Amino acid sequence: MSITFTLNGEARAVEAAPMDRLLDVLRGPLGLTGAKEGCGEGECGACAVEIDGRVVNSCLIPVFQVEGATIRTIEGVAGERLTRLQEAFLAHGAVQCGACTPALVLGCEALLAEEGQISRAGVREALAGHLCRCTGYQKIIDAVMDAAEDKR
Amino acid sequence: MLIGTNYQRLDGRAKVTGAARYVDDLPQPEGCLFGLTLRSPHPHARIDAIRRDPGYDWQGITVVTAEDIPGENVVALMTDDQPVLAAGLTRHVTEPIALVAAPTRQRAAEALKHIHVDYTPLPALLDFEIAQDHEIKIYGEDNVFARAATLRGDPDALLRDAELVIEGIYRVGHQEQLYIEPQGLIALPREDGGLTILGSMQCPYYIHKALKRVLGGVDFNVRQTTTGGAFGGKEDYPSIMGAHVALLALKAKAPVKMIYARDEDLIATTKRHPAVIRVRAAVDPKSAKLLAVESQMIFDGGAYNTLSPVVNSRGVLHGAGPYVCEHVRVTGVMVASHTPPNGAFRGFGAPQSQFAMERHMDRIARHLEMDPAELRRINYYRPGDLTPTGQRLDDPAAEEVFERARAWVEAARRAPAPVEEAPGGRGRDLARGVAFVMGFHGAGFTGNGESGLAAKVDVSLEGDRVLIHTASIDMGQGIDTVFPAIVAETLDYPLDKVSCAPHDTATVPNSGPTAASRSVMVVGGVSQKGARQLREALRAALGAGPEATFAELVAARSPEAPPLRVRAQYDDDGAIWDAARYWGDAYPTYAWTAVAVELDVDRDTGEVIYRRLFQATDVGKAMNKVIVEGQLEGGAVQALGYATLEEVVIDARGAMKNNRLTDYIIPTTMDTPELETAIVEYPFAGGPYGAKGIGELPHDVPAAAVAAAIEDAVGVVLDQLPMTPQRVLAALMMQEEEA
Amino acid sequence: MSRVYRPKDLAEALQMRADHPEAAPLAGGTDLMVTRHSAPREAYLNLFNVEGLSGIEVIQGGAIRVGAATIHRQIACSPEIQRAAPILAEAARVIGGRQIQNRGTIGGNIANASPAGDTLPVLLALDAQIEVQSAARGARLIPIEGFFKGYKQLDLAADELITAVIVPDHHQDALYFRKVGTRAAVAISQVILAGRVKRVEGRVIEARVAFGSVAPTPIRAREVEAALIGHPVDPRAADALDVHPIDDIRGTAVYRRAVAHRVLRTWLRAL
Ligand SMILES: Cc1cc2nc3c(=O)[nH]c(=O)nc-3n(C[C@H](O)[C@H](O)[C@H](O)COP(=O)(O)OP(=O)(O)OC[C@H]3O[C@@H](n4cnc5c(N)ncnc54)[C@H](O)[C@@H]3O)c2cc1C
Ligand code: FES
Ligand code: FES
Repeated sequence: MSITFTLNGEARAVEAAPMDRLLDVLRGPLGLTGAKEGCGEGECGACAVEIDGRVVNSCLIPVFQVEGATIRTIEGVAGERLTRLQEAFLAHGAVQCGACTPALVLGCEALLAEEGQISRAGVREALAGHLCRCTGYQKIIDAVMDAAEDKR
Repeated sequence: MLIGTNYQRLDGRAKVTGAARYVDDLPQPEGCLFGLTLRSPHPHARIDAIRRDPGYDWQGITVVTAEDIPGENVVALMTDDQPVLAAGLTRHVTEPIALVAAPTRQRAAEALKHIHVDYTPLPALLDFEIAQDHEIKIYGEDNVFARAATLRGDPDALLRDAELVIEGIYRVGHQEQLYIEPQGLIALPREDGGLTILGSMQCPYYIHKALKRVLGGVDFNVRQTTTGGAFGGKEDYPSIMGAHVALLALKAKAPVKMIYARDEDLIATTKRHPAVIRVRAAVDPKSAKLLAVESQMIFDGGAYNTLSPVVNSRGVLHGAGPYVCEHVRVTGVMVASHTPPNGAFRGFGAPQSQFAMERHMDRIARHLEMDPAELRRINYYRPGDLTPTGQRLDDPAAEEVFERARAWVEAARRAPAPVEEAPGGRGRDLARGVAFVMGFHGAGFTGNGESGLAAKVDVSLEGDRVLIHTASIDMGQGIDTVFPAIVAETLDYPLDKVSCAPHDTATVPNSGPTAASRSVMVVGGVSQKGARQLREALRAALGAGPEATFAELVAARSPEAPPLRVRAQYDDDGAIWDAARYWGDAYPTYAWTAVAVELDVDRDTGEVIYRRLFQATDVGKAMNKVIVEGQLEGGAVQALGYATLEEVVIDARGAMKNNRLTDYIIPTTMDTPELETAIVEYPFAGGPYGAKGIGELPHDVPAAAVAAAIEDAVGVVLDQLPMTPQRVLAALMMQEEEA
Repeated sequence: MSRVYRPKDLAEALQMRADHPEAAPLAGGTDLMVTRHSAPREAYLNLFNVEGLSGIEVIQGGAIRVGAATIHRQIACSPEIQRAAPILAEAARVIGGRQIQNRGTIGGNIANASPAGDTLPVLLALDAQIEVQSAARGARLIPIEGFFKGYKQLDLAADELITAVIVPDHHQDALYFRKVGTRAAVAISQVILAGRVKRVEGRVIEARVAFGSVAPTPIRAREVEAALIGHPVDPRAADALDVHPIDDIRGTAVYRRAVAHRVLRTWLRAL
């Protein structure tokens, strides 16, 4: 079937079987490889993308469900310049191997976009669905807190 | 001054924007096939026949079995015991039997089902603790892959006669590396008839060495792609997997890609070695000094040798911990079992043996009814002390890390971290505990390993850019940033004009494996030497004097001039090491740590809730504080997983039962404490700017610190890893029953 | 290739349900997509973003109606639920990580009927009712207790869909939710305890003690409830607990039974 949606601000149409995973459609025909497959069953969060403003694991999304949706992937996060959060990731050393990073950046951006105050405990809770094996998370949380300076 | 500051990772931007390409992200080569592996369901069986279903349509599908191997059917690593594909006999579940390649993963999976293997099951020996000299033979006559022993003084007499001898037995289980990017490799036929192997890996030259034997005369090169974590898991395993993709590509005459799904990665690839360790110590009850120590460890190697002898050796060399003792014997036996081979994982035997020794120190303190910190203070190494191999240590680092951790623990007792209640966990019955332990880690290869290997690095000037050509790869730990920083600093040249060239065996010399915490300390040092040689070569070429800076020399050179390339090599470091007797300079240097953990134990459930972790760690000299802290923090949290969460559950065939991320659980943000890190710097003269290798050290002792803090919190003694909630609760209930 | 039916609203969904009973309802897919390879279905009936199936509203008597396709995140953040049934919001907050809460639905959690489903004991403790509908027979309301008939067996006909959960207002009662997972987050529950106690002049007049992960279905510990009724809360009521969990790859029966008893006792002590 043909599925149409908005992807990183552009209207797109793609041919796919309805139950294909969004992750495969993004990485395959759409050529967006920022979302990674770390487990294929919703556990690691490496495949996370944003659909209609909510971060979800694209390995669990049948592509027919994004008909008409607005999707943002890591490729749609930075413009000419990196976002404040991306800069903070670099400054704080929140990136090591990077396998978790693109999805994590999306998760953090979504958190920053939420209303209200941000605490370290709140950041930990919001990011629990993103496994990172390299950093021990400390620097990731530092980076988010830094980027959220005006919301602390 | 660049070194020691926090310049940013050179690959950071590509990673935060999603532009970095890992092996599965590369554009699909024209005609690329997908490869899958048929694996043994038996731990030990004769393979009588491998049959293809004649009714199935094999069009477009390539099948490879042992018979298709043009060279030798062997994964050349340390010994030649492991076949690339089982022939005639399988020695562990998940052992590769046959390979298929098809245009899609689905097609390949379907084809796999149409290959039938006739097995005659044979009796299997799964329990490594009884494997030595067992009548079922796996390896040699005695099922022993390797033995190692150090002896200093005469421990036997003291252990026999001393007033107080304390004995304990400690057990540790498997641990999975769990890099987030699964194993993945591609074999690409080259126009000249050769092959390129590219993908996620730690040691391009290991693959190179292995494939040379397998592929007969075929020429090939091995190139690393951005690697999404490894931790040792991509040190030895890609050798066998590399052989698999290569064989498929040769037979299919097409590119072949293999990306393991997580369940396959978990069930089939190497893990940290389980061990059982018996420690005995004779202690002077008055001075609390260690009079004699004996540690005997048995490691489970699995069915094939891989790098296990080195794990055994490192386990032994760290077995007595960072404590001085005149009479020491440490022995290690690496035994075979009919289980999937265990392999490299951060720490390489040291986390196992130091868990045992640190727990034993706590046991001794318990017997003496003294503060375990005080016991450690009395016994840690001071400058001038000799190790069990007779190596003289001159660092005063043990004292400093000790004092830092002790002060931190005292402060934590005065001002405990607040209890933050999480949803679903309010109103718990919690008990607070805080404790610290010590650890050390020999950086670099054992003995004169480095002199023997003589790591090589090329440094070249191309236009105004300086390139470092090395086989040491960046798997996340930051090599591709730190090596350029070392070179930039040495040449007083801008960092943005220095980078690592692609890590490709076609163009880089053999700098040795990315392992053993050796990269910065050893290969970084060779890179520095190469930078100096490059400057001299440039000076000579231009006939310039010694006052000209590197930047001036580059400016003076014609931009069209051809690249200038030099090769640097590791110098014999003069280490004196008697490998037969395990005597002498076991490691070029040691890095030191003291790790404190503050936690709560839930008395109802046995869950451990981490509040804070502090580590004071001697790194020699931090090349980049943020990157070093990242290593220390990440390693510590991986060790917390080892301590309480990560358990490989083995079924009756020796296979990992919980091979999904729902069931093999690693720490999330919510399982992780706030991490505080104090970097201590006692420079090592043999490392660039004083750097010591620290990649593995942070994994060595946090688990023991957790055990000590649990004991502090609720008084139960746990001597087995992992300390799952079930084990903690069982101990608590036993304690209640006794009371 | 599996067929997919895509209704635009609830009425159409019910009709398709009747016409294509072989199609598995698919809401957030956080259960179904995981088992898709091991247990593939020939057809699916989409329930995500279908008009009339999601949303939270206060109905008569202050009760709250939660549409079946409402995602956990919305439940966790709903001020109405936080007020009337805070333990439901709390349970929704610990289902998987944020990405799962952003997609998984309460209807899916109920219909999946895992003994480890985190909202289920909570719904038991809250005396919730399940609203199911069919095109042929309209709606019926089922008290949650009768809804789980056995391991993964529901009181749900082949032409019916779960359309909502009705949760009474219990904000004046003492409420408790405890999830003991395999780790601190994104964890399959080993034991779930949800409790509710109503007291008048210090005496318990109504008690609900519900557990997940200790039996083939979520269960009420009636023996404990009975022991609590009629007097001030006595933690020894926990000793009446009689559950018979099983061993599985994630935990042993012995552990689950001990933990169920101990967390219950600790809650009762704090009351
Ligand atoms: C990583 C991960 C972590 C998880 N963690 C938890 C956890 O901590 N606690 C927990 O309880 N669960 C957890 N789950 C399971 C799952 O997320 C929840 O059960 C979720 O609520 C399911 O909702 P869904 O909409 O995604 O269901 P779906 O997958 O869409 O459906 C689940 C089942 O319900 C049926 N169904 C769905 N809606 C209806 C309806 N309206 N009427 C009739 N049948 C229907 C489907 O046919 C299917 O059988 C986790 C899952 C993952 C992948
Ligand atoms: S790949 Fe989707 S969550 Fe792991
Ligand atoms: S940086 Fe490697 S997994 Fe997070």
